[in-house]
Amino acid sequence: MIELSLADILSFLLLAARWTVLLSVIAFVGGGIGALLLLLLRYARPRFGSGFMRVYVEFFQGTPFLLQLFLIFFGLPKLGMDVSPLMAATIGLTLYASAFLAEIWRGCVDAIPRGQWDASASLGMNFIQQMRDVILPQSLKIAIPPTVGFLVQLVKNTAVTSIVGFHELTKAGNVINNATFQPFITYSLVALIYFAMCFPLTFWSRRLERRLTPTGHR
Amino acid sequence: MGYSFDFGAIAGYAGLFLQGAGITLGLIAIAAILSLFISIGGAATALWGAKWARGLVMAYVEAIRNTPFIVQMFFIFFGLPSLGLKLTAMTAAVIAVTVNLTAYCIEIMRAGIESVSPGQREAGLALGLHPIWVFVSVILPQAIANVYPALVSQIILTMLESAVVSQIAVMDLTHVADLIQSRNYRTFEAYFVVAVIYLVMAICLRRVMARAGQRLFAGRAR
Repeated sequence: MIELSLADILSFLLLAARWTVLLSVIAFVGGGIGALLLLLLRYARPRFGSGFMRVYVEFFQGTPFLLQLFLIFFGLPKLGMDVSPLMAATIGLTLYASAFLAEIWRGCVDAIPRGQWDASASLGMNFIQQMRDVILPQSLKIAIPPTVGFLVQLVKNTAVTSIVGFHELTKAGNVINNATFQPFITYSLVALIYFAMCFPLTFWSRRLERRLTPTGHR
Repeated sequence: MGYSFDFGAIAGYAGLFLQGAGITLGLIAIAAILSLFISIGGAATALWGAKWARGLVMAYVEAIRNTPFIVQMFFIFFGLPSLGLKLTAMTAAVIAVTVNLTAYCIEIMRAGIESVSPGQREAGLALGLHPIWVFVSVILPQAIANVYPALVSQIILTMLESAVVSQIAVMDLTHVADLIQSRNYRTFEAYFVVAVIYLVMAICLRRVMARAGQRLFAGRAR
């Protein structure tokens, strides 16, 4: 048993929290790119891509994130790839985030009236132009609040990567708990740091949502 | 490096998979029933309670919704015994899942109650019904009918998230995969099969609950 002062514990946790932040950012950027690709696949013609997106989203939304992570962490090495915990966490969170973001954004694209597609097509725009200049800019406005809301879920999910040994905030909490035997204090602090990261996002997402509702943009 | 997948090595463990799936389903069933009842009280308090009670409920909801489930679970499993409350892994898991699910259900339930038009309550009161009876027999059935789909998807999401309880040695479906791969080193096969079982359970549960919803709330939902 090791005696650590509260300040020691807190600074150790905060250092590890940097990895949580970094991982969330990587997963969000990677997931955003993945989701965009899925969306293009979904709406491009001929529509062979929409079936793929459905299966992809169903799998990632219908299985626990922990198991997705295990499949990557234990599965890829069998195919001859060397996977570090950081890499497994990055790949896992990116795949997971792209499924959820694609589904959220699909709803926002579907909310754009059919006439916008027809009008832009009649102006002779091709698919990429339609998406880039007409459909996506309009969907972006309604997509922001739920996307920010999903960010909270993403930050929380980075905690699961501690199970495959990635040293982020939750793992740091486990390490300290094992050293000091003060689970109550340790996990309270861990929870507090997560709260400090997530609550501003929750608050922001709610404000954005409120700002949207009165205009009746649904 | 060549690796050949061998799902045959997993087939002999069908009984264990079934047992694990039973524990996962049982865990979420108990938690869902408890959460539904608690969240009705919680939502009513959040809407009409005394100011301090309202603040308490909202603080609880925000605290749970903005922290990861796994940290809540560690807090309950490791933290509470240090205060003198001894818990078995299964009890800790039930408490953790219930505490987590309840917070989300309170938010959903509150939205449901707010979606019932005030005229319903006034009509009930005008008929001379006791306010509590108005809440239970007039407002609540309509509120639950309105948010039933949201409740179902939250329960399924929580079931998937409950895979994490395998980390405190609850013998749930994920733990079964851990166990099998430690016996025959077929990690990928074991986790893949379990992932597929979760997928099937999620899809079936969604179907069954949607069917049940149609029966239960025929004509009630808006």
